[in-house]
Amino acid sequence: MVKQRATIRDHQAESALFARRAWVALLLTTVVFAILLYNMYGLQVTQHQNFQTRSNDNRIKVVPLAPNRGLIYDRNGQLLAENRPVLSLELVPERVPDLDATLSRLQQLLSISDQQVEEFQQNRKRERRFNQIILLDRLNEAQVARFAVRQHEFPGVSIEARLVRYYPHGDLLTHALGYVAKINRNDLEKLRAEGVHANYVATRTMGKLGIERFYEEQLHGVIGYQQVEVDIHGRPIRTLSVEPPVPGQDLQLELDLDLQRYAHEQLGDGRGSIIVMDPRDGGLLAMVSKPGYDPNWFAQGISYQQYEGLLSSPHSPLLNRSTQGGYPPASTIKPQLAILGLEENIITPDTKIWDPGWFKIKNIDHRYRDWLAWGHGWVDVASAIIESCDTFFYDLALKMGIDTISEHMSQYGFGDYTGIDIAEESAAVMPSRGWKRARFNEPWYAGETISIGIGQSYWTATPIQLAVATSVLVNRGKRPVPRFLQKIQEGDIELPAVVEQKPPVILKNPDNWDIALDAMVDVVSGVKGTARSAFQNVQFTSGGKTGTAQVRSIAQDEKYIAEDIAEKYRDNAMYVGYAPADNPEIVVVVTLENAGGGGSVAAPLARNIMDFYFNQERQRANN
Amino acid sequence: MRTTDERERNPWLQRLHIDGPLLVALLALAALSLVTIYSASGQDWQMTERQGIRIGIAFIVMLGIAQIPLSAIQRWSLPLFAVGVALLLGVLLFGISVNGAQRWLDIGVTRIQPSELMKLAVPMAIAWFIAEHGIPPSKRRLAAAFVLLLIPTLMIAKQPDLGTSLLIACSGIFVLFLAGMSWRLIIFFIIAVGSFIPVLWLFLMREYQRQRVLTFLDPERDPLGSGYQIIQSKIAIGSGGIEGKGWLQGTQSQLEFLPERHTDFIFSVFSEEFGLVGVIVLLLIYGFVIFRGMIISMRAQRTYHKLLAGSLTLTFFVYVMVNIGMVSGLLPVVGVPLPLISYGGTSMVTLLAGFGLIMGISTNRRLVMHG
Repeated sequence: MVKQRATIRDHQAESALFARRAWVALLLTTVVFAILLYNMYGLQVTQHQNFQTRSNDNRIKVVPLAPNRGLIYDRNGQLLAENRPVLSLELVPERVPDLDATLSRLQQLLSISDQQVEEFQQNRKRERRFNQIILLDRLNEAQVARFAVRQHEFPGVSIEARLVRYYPHGDLLTHALGYVAKINRNDLEKLRAEGVHANYVATRTMGKLGIERFYEEQLHGVIGYQQVEVDIHGRPIRTLSVEPPVPGQDLQLELDLDLQRYAHEQLGDGRGSIIVMDPRDGGLLAMVSKPGYDPNWFAQGISYQQYEGLLSSPHSPLLNRSTQGGYPPASTIKPQLAILGLEENIITPDTKIWDPGWFKIKNIDHRYRDWLAWGHGWVDVASAIIESCDTFFYDLALKMGIDTISEHMSQYGFGDYTGIDIAEESAAVMPSRGWKRARFNEPWYAGETISIGIGQSYWTATPIQLAVATSVLVNRGKRPVPRFLQKIQEGDIELPAVVEQKPPVILKNPDNWDIALDAMVDVVSGVKGTARSAFQNVQFTSGGKTGTAQVRSIAQDEKYIAEDIAEKYRDNAMYVGYAPADNPEIVVVVTLENAGGGGSVAAPLARNIMDFYFNQERQRANN
Repeated sequence: MRTTDERERNPWLQRLHIDGPLLVALLALAALSLVTIYSASGQDWQMTERQGIRIGIAFIVMLGIAQIPLSAIQRWSLPLFAVGVALLLGVLLFGISVNGAQRWLDIGVTRIQPSELMKLAVPMAIAWFIAEHGIPPSKRRLAAAFVLLLIPTLMIAKQPDLGTSLLIACSGIFVLFLAGMSWRLIIFFIIAVGSFIPVLWLFLMREYQRQRVLTFLDPERDPLGSGYQIIQSKIAIGSGGIEGKGWLQGTQSQLEFLPERHTDFIFSVFSEEFGLVGVIVLLLIYGFVIFRGMIISMRAQRTYHKLLAGSLTLTFFVYVMVNIGMVSGLLPVVGVPLPLISYGGTSMVTLLAGFGLIMGISTNRRLVMHG
């Protein structure tokens, strides 16, 4: 049957049928090729731009480059804050195939402690994805060598060189310079709110305190970018373009490192503050607060234990006593009160009162004691300042009333921020009736006004406020704003700091300045001056005022004997001074916590500081 | 006319059973393969060399097969098909699993992939089965041929190897189409297949195959997962533009954003580096190969030869269509290499073995006439 059919096969017809079908197939083939080509045209011509962009997005990664932080110098060009290169072992967890195994192998290789791994795990939680996280900071040469040999075994792990802030003078300048520390989540939110977040993408630390914080904008600089071609694994293949970062501006401060160091030594182990300020423009030559701490701890990443130690220390090393310490100003404000009495015509230069050693309000038994138990006898306003007679000022204060005192003392800057160029500042308290009502919801008592006369009661002032108030005196009204910054260095351009003034104190009778200032000169040079012994045989003229603040009230029948009471209840010793007496160049404020009398303890330090300052000047003049 | 053509033929090529124009086109594709693989492999000379050796072997296989008398091939069509089905059964029962697909059979000395054998055995057997009784085939014979075709197709789909089963089904269907299967039946089958798709989707497709289809429909659905390949491939092709980024300059391929860049997605590498201009050249070569194959089939004397050469040529075309279609986002991703360009020895050998048959057919005509 098969053969039979085969014999009747029409080969011609079969060929024709096949050819028809073959041509149909070729036609379909052509149509399909046309469709494929049309599609290719769409991809490669019509949508080319789009795919070109996406291809570039794939391969080009923009790597932010951190700007180098500006350096900080003292007035003589001595380096106070610098950047040091540090090698650290960093890893990107997302790029490490087996994180746990890698960590344990690295631990063995580089002898990394469990605690460091724990810290790394903590940091990891806070970091953004695909960020490098430091596992081991400050690698030594041996560690670098050991890792370098086996680097290929650790994908995602690398040694990175970074610049880390370093404070070569340690705790000498902490409360002035402040420090930089790692940018945390709160900082990020703040930066975002300020709209400068993009500038910080590559930055790891920022100013958290002091000058570093206040001038963060100037010190930080502008971020740079690098376009890098990367493969699918994110490995950089080559650099396509670089927009270099703009380094931060360098700051030159009014601070004199040598004077700062000297003041630092003068404070010894005690708690307290020394401020040296130029009253003419508010320039701060020295500002020491003790105790302090090493700001490098923060810059390099402080451990929890270290921070806990600082926080819990009874001596409050974190407190900047110069600007945040609220101390009763004590007798240091007597010159200003005297001027107010004269201005208000409550007293004249010739008004005399009898001081029996105490003061009392009529019909009230309570005695307000003078520091001199047997009294100063007949005192006028000048001798009241020179001998620091309390009774005279009890009387004067009571006659003036709290609101007059409060209003006028506010003009000297009490109870308000001085505007110093660090953020850590307290306004302290210049009390008034309204203040007491708001604070305690209590009326003001006349007895409290009496204590105000000797800078006690609710009145507190920061040492920097005292420096300003003293400057107002020596400037005869002009009120400077304390300032660390001398100038900003941007490349070759010097931008001098803006010298600010607050509203001056204007007297109806400017001669009243001289009455107070003459008395202050006699405090150091007069026979009865409370700072006389401290200022014997000085090579310069100066004026000043001592202050001794009671930390605890003394009962009526009690006698103050320093040796008998616990240290923390001992008097605070204060001294405000200026030199030279004519055209003063410096105002010095010494505050010593629980150290004793202002004349005996604080004034000698002020004298030493002034000695040092004028010696320096003399040496410079000779050179 | 025919005689003029005969006279132009090189008697030396004729004696070696080689079709000159086809050989030149195939060699051109082989050359492009090496050039592109060198680039796609990240300038891996070893890999390129290995591919060169495979191409050499494949060409030798092609020439060898071209020498086999066609009568023998015709005679062995059905037995070869039977052996192939037996081996596929073996794969299903004792096969080796690689990446979740059971495609290989260990025969002691080496591993073989019976589905590759079937790429030749199926069109041979179907062509034999149809040609034996003349074309157009009767409805009964057609139905029998479909059954014959369905056996290996389903066995391979079960492995699962969707790409190969598709190609094998095509090779059989092309025989039936070229044999003059009625248009009414063709339309009926298109409708039947269309209504079979839901069954395929619900019962026959594996999850990863469904994923591939879903991803094909919307690659951006899963840009980092299964849609990634298509997106990166389209980026590579599109960013190539008209002139291309230049040889070895394709960033998508050189920086390894393209997956499977020296195998299934080599067309993307080619398009990225040589642009639309290169694509047109490549399609012209492919088009020429297909055109030449169809001319040979039309000129063949015997129906069996016609059907076999035609089916093999059109299957080659399906390779091109499916691969380019899938890497450029027109078709879902099925594992079909770009014929004669993609890296890999097996498909290269099978394809060129097919061209060996076509060459045998092209030169056989004369022998029949004069012998």
